[in-house]
Amino acid sequence: MQSFIWLVPGLPLFGAAVLLLGGKRTNAWGHLLGCLTALGSFAIGAGLFFTMLGKHGAERSMHQHLYSWVPVPGTGQNPFQADVAFQLDQLSMVFVLLITGVGSLIHIYSIGYMSHDKERRKFFSYLNLFLAAMLVLVLADNYLLLYVGWEGVGLASYLLIGFWQHKPSAAAAAKKAFIVNRVGDVGLSIAVMLMFVTFGSFSFGTVFGAARGATGGTLTAIGIMLLLAACGKSAQFPLQTWLGDAMEGPTPVSALIHAATMVTAGVYLIVRSHAIFDMSPTARLLVTIVGAITLLLGAIIGCAKDDIKKGLAGSTMSQIGYMILAAGLGPIGYAFAIMHLVTHGFFKAGLFLGAGSVMHGMNDEVDMRRYGGLRKYMPVTFGTFFLGYLAIIGCPPFSGYFSKDKIIEAAFSKGGTSGWILGGAALLGALITAFYMTRMVIMTFFGEKRWAQDAEGHEPHPHESPSNMVLPMLVLAVGSVGAGFLFNLNDAFVNWLEPVTGPRPEGKLPSGLNSTTLSAVILVAVAVGVGIAVLQYGTRKVPAVAPRGSIITVAARKDLYGDAFNEAALMRPGQYLTRTLVYTDNRGVDGAINGLAALVGGTSGRLRRLQNGFVRSYALSMFGGAAALVAAILFAKL
Amino acid sequence: MSVLTLLAAAPGGPADAPANTFTAPHVEYRALMPMLVVFGAAAAGILIEAFLPRTRRYWAQVGLSLAGVLVALGFVISNHGMAQTTAADAVSVDGVTLFLQGTILALAVLAILLVAERGTGTADLDAFAAQGASAPGSGGERAAEAAGLRSTEVFPLMLFSVGGMLLFPAANDLLTSFVALEVLSLPLYLLCGLARRRRLLSQEAAMKYFLLGAFSSAFFLYGVAMIYGYSGSVRFSDISAAISAAPHSDVLLLAGIALLAVGLLFKVGAVPFHAWTPDVYQGAPTPITGFMAAATKVSAFGALLRVAYVALPGMRWDWRPVLWGVAILTMLVGAVLAITQRDIKRMLAYSAILNAGYILLGVISTTSKGVSSTLFYLAAYGFATIGAFAVVTLVREGVPGRPGADGSRTPDEVGGEATDLSAWAGLGKRSPLLAACFTVFLLAFAGIPLTSGFTGKFALFTAAIDGGAWPLVIVGVIASAAAAFFYVRVIVLMYFSEPLAEGPVVVVPSMMTTVALGLTVIVTIALGVLPQMALDLADKAAYFVQ
Repeated sequence: MQSFIWLVPGLPLFGAAVLLLGGKRTNAWGHLLGCLTALGSFAIGAGLFFTMLGKHGAERSMHQHLYSWVPVPGTGQNPFQADVAFQLDQLSMVFVLLITGVGSLIHIYSIGYMSHDKERRKFFSYLNLFLAAMLVLVLADNYLLLYVGWEGVGLASYLLIGFWQHKPSAAAAAKKAFIVNRVGDVGLSIAVMLMFVTFGSFSFGTVFGAARGATGGTLTAIGIMLLLAACGKSAQFPLQTWLGDAMEGPTPVSALIHAATMVTAGVYLIVRSHAIFDMSPTARLLVTIVGAITLLLGAIIGCAKDDIKKGLAGSTMSQIGYMILAAGLGPIGYAFAIMHLVTHGFFKAGLFLGAGSVMHGMNDEVDMRRYGGLRKYMPVTFGTFFLGYLAIIGCPPFSGYFSKDKIIEAAFSKGGTSGWILGGAALLGALITAFYMTRMVIMTFFGEKRWAQDAEGHEPHPHESPSNMVLPMLVLAVGSVGAGFLFNLNDAFVNWLEPVTGPRPEGKLPSGLNSTTLSAVILVAVAVGVGIAVLQYGTRKVPAVAPRGSIITVAARKDLYGDAFNEAALMRPGQYLTRTLVYTDNRGVDGAINGLAALVGGTSGRLRRLQNGFVRSYALSMFGGAAALVAAILFAKL
Repeated sequence: MSVLTLLAAAPGGPADAPANTFTAPHVEYRALMPMLVVFGAAAAGILIEAFLPRTRRYWAQVGLSLAGVLVALGFVISNHGMAQTTAADAVSVDGVTLFLQGTILALAVLAILLVAERGTGTADLDAFAAQGASAPGSGGERAAEAAGLRSTEVFPLMLFSVGGMLLFPAANDLLTSFVALEVLSLPLYLLCGLARRRRLLSQEAAMKYFLLGAFSSAFFLYGVAMIYGYSGSVRFSDISAAISAAPHSDVLLLAGIALLAVGLLFKVGAVPFHAWTPDVYQGAPTPITGFMAAATKVSAFGALLRVAYVALPGMRWDWRPVLWGVAILTMLVGAVLAITQRDIKRMLAYSAILNAGYILLGVISTTSKGVSSTLFYLAAYGFATIGAFAVVTLVREGVPGRPGADGSRTPDEVGGEATDLSAWAGLGKRSPLLAACFTVFLLAFAGIPLTSGFTGKFALFTAAIDGGAWPLVIVGVIASAAAAFFYVRVIVLMYFSEPLAEGPVVVVPSMMTTVALGLTVIVTIALGVLPQMALDLADKAAYFVQ
């Protein structure tokens, strides 16, 4: 089974190649091929999973070396070895199953969702490309190959967000996502360079082994650069701004990339590099701060959005903030970061597909103020959405309860003031999550109809979506319900990851708190959140036009001025810098370069005249050359 | 073959044998099979020309040439790992020989496909004159065209040339080397003059190539004579032994080396013996240009490697500085002159000169790494070059149909190749696939990662640094930067310029060119993404027999 690892990313890559190169000829069956490669990849992943179950502990890690890309032997003390090799350990396995499993479901869903789109084949080729890149990212056994997957994921995300590029907003959103991601990518490339300079290798094994002996400063620098990379891909503060706009892409894309998989790449990166973070408390503290800020930021943004997808986008930021926070807490949190990532993958993908199903039935309306009372018209969508809702707010025994509770508990266990602050933030986040999710459910499925006519004056006729869209939602709902409980049974998930992330220490809660009381407090907070939302939206009429709202609401609607912040902090200084550089460049550097170019051009023009087309001149030049050669070799000797 | 063995055996033959008896040397036929098959196919091709009716010749010639070259390739592959000299030490079959012969044969397959292109029926894409002997613009030419004559003799001519190319890097003495040089060159002179369009330019190119080629051969032969005068033998091993036996080098030897180098450097197109390259590349029929640019270079560098590493290793402190100078000049002149070219074929010609400069770096390094990187680069460069010229054959000038007496127009025709760079503006919009292929080749020439050019340059430059030639590497990198300008300029032109109103037409070729183009693109990308196998192969092949 081990020798099949390459097929896991290989199959979707093959699908993408066939669909892109085959062009229009593959229109008729392109979507089917896209689904087959995703499912095939999932089947192989499952086969590998069972192979892994048959082994124990550290033996479970599998390795496949494909080839070395341009090996440079022996020059200097650090041979440059760029291997294309895959490593499938317990951590990668979780991601492989999540990516291919959720990915396959979303492929199937897209058959129905994109059935009216003329470019459906291209859409599937991009989805396959994304899957391949993401799988390379999580299967790589070294940072260089991980970087290849990382960039590939960025590219696929760009193509998919801008899939409807005829809409200027989609084109702009794609560009924004790509550029903001570049900031993070620079972080990753610097981290990779630092690793090569410090440890002389890219491979996980060597880097992690050597990390113990490295100086704190270097490790902190690498850690911070990795964190910057994670902030870009996972939409964390201060690079979170692209995620909301990314909702311009087709909804399956939002579900697959901007909820279940790609945005979790940052969490993967941090947990994968735990050996580096374990050695650098400063870097870890920064990670927790970023996580805590983002989880509140995202939740507040989620409260103010009327666009159902943008609301979910804010929620995604916030949930990933939880994961980053957990990852920053160290060995106590790694397993729960990944566990929350998986359960979140289920319920958030389910919520997005539900949102897509609602839009499908409501003529692509996204404004929740134009919904209302939909539960009667779309019972299955409502049912699955509601299960996802219960999971995300952390209502026991749904899956979010198990993963989120543990993260909050771990945050309090950090001890000291920072433990109280982080724990408090996480707790507050849970309250706000309950509020905005309840608001979303009420505005969409309960209350009276507030449907608007479309441009041609048609009333929407909401209806349940076709079976190939409903089926993936049902499967994901099962995950939202049961995954958390299963994972937590006998600490199955923690034990599974232990060989990768190291043993998990028992948390020590501050005095006055124990596990049970904390759990109760969290539940109360959730109940308060739900209660406020019901009071505000369930008992009162929802106005069709958003009221002006308080300062906070206005700020939250504008994504808490994230764009303005980036503009002021990064863009404008950047522009000043560029302008100054351009000025210097024009006056100073260009003078030299233009002079050189003119010199080369002039030389070229003059030399050209020697090429006059006469054989006699050519023969003369050859004779001269031969004479010079003889003279040179003799002169050098004598 | 008997003539060859005679020639080879005569000067260096057993000295103690009685003068009037001739002992036939032992010949290992298996080692020579690739050459024998190709020469046999070429001879059979002449018989086809003589005896087969005109209508059947084309397919018979194409089939025979492809079969001959493929069978020869099969023999090369089955001979892998061989290390021996045969035919009275006239020919040595070792890793370098086999790698280069394999490369030449693979390139020959592609070149034959391009030469065999006749179009798909709607457009006649034959690149060769109806009748080579008819004067351009004469009544004879019109008559030949009206009669539908075809120059099918190009196929045996190509095979003879391929045979010579196979022998050139394998030749183990200077006379065999000279014979191989002439066998590979003479058919090429003819082929250059057979273009169907712009025939005067083509014939001028053939004439120039022939005159200058003859001139350079004279230098080569003079060098052979001087070295024979010094060492008393033309066999590489004897020359090498004579050099290590003598305490002092001698004027005869040094001058001989310099003159020998003139002949070899002429064939690879190094400065200052490059003047023929742009004119000939431009005038020759484009499939032949591609064949010359790729395969001749492989063969000539093979011969240069063998002379430098087998015959003259003891003199490397003398010939290396000279080659240093030649390499620097070649890279600089190639890069600088390519910048001002307006014609795509001339630009590719200067690019060929520039690349010859890079490959010299591998020769200069005098390490086994240098040999293997030279081998790899030759293969990588050969495929990309044939592919680039294949693209050139497809971009044609459109000739609007002529109005007839009754007001109707004859259908639009396809003209000659649109080689002026301005005609390529906006090609990416007209024909995205073709422009993408050409972009791949240009990126490979520019040495951008994930193409064969990057891997090749990386290997060459590393080998040169290991050989202590880091100043050359600096020049090489500067030349690459300048070269990137004119390669990328074409890409910019293709994608970011508006197409001309009366721009060129991109013709749809038959399977022949399509297959050749597809294969070259695949190889160019594969050698950039998955180069390990080819690099290992080149490493394993980097051995000589004495």
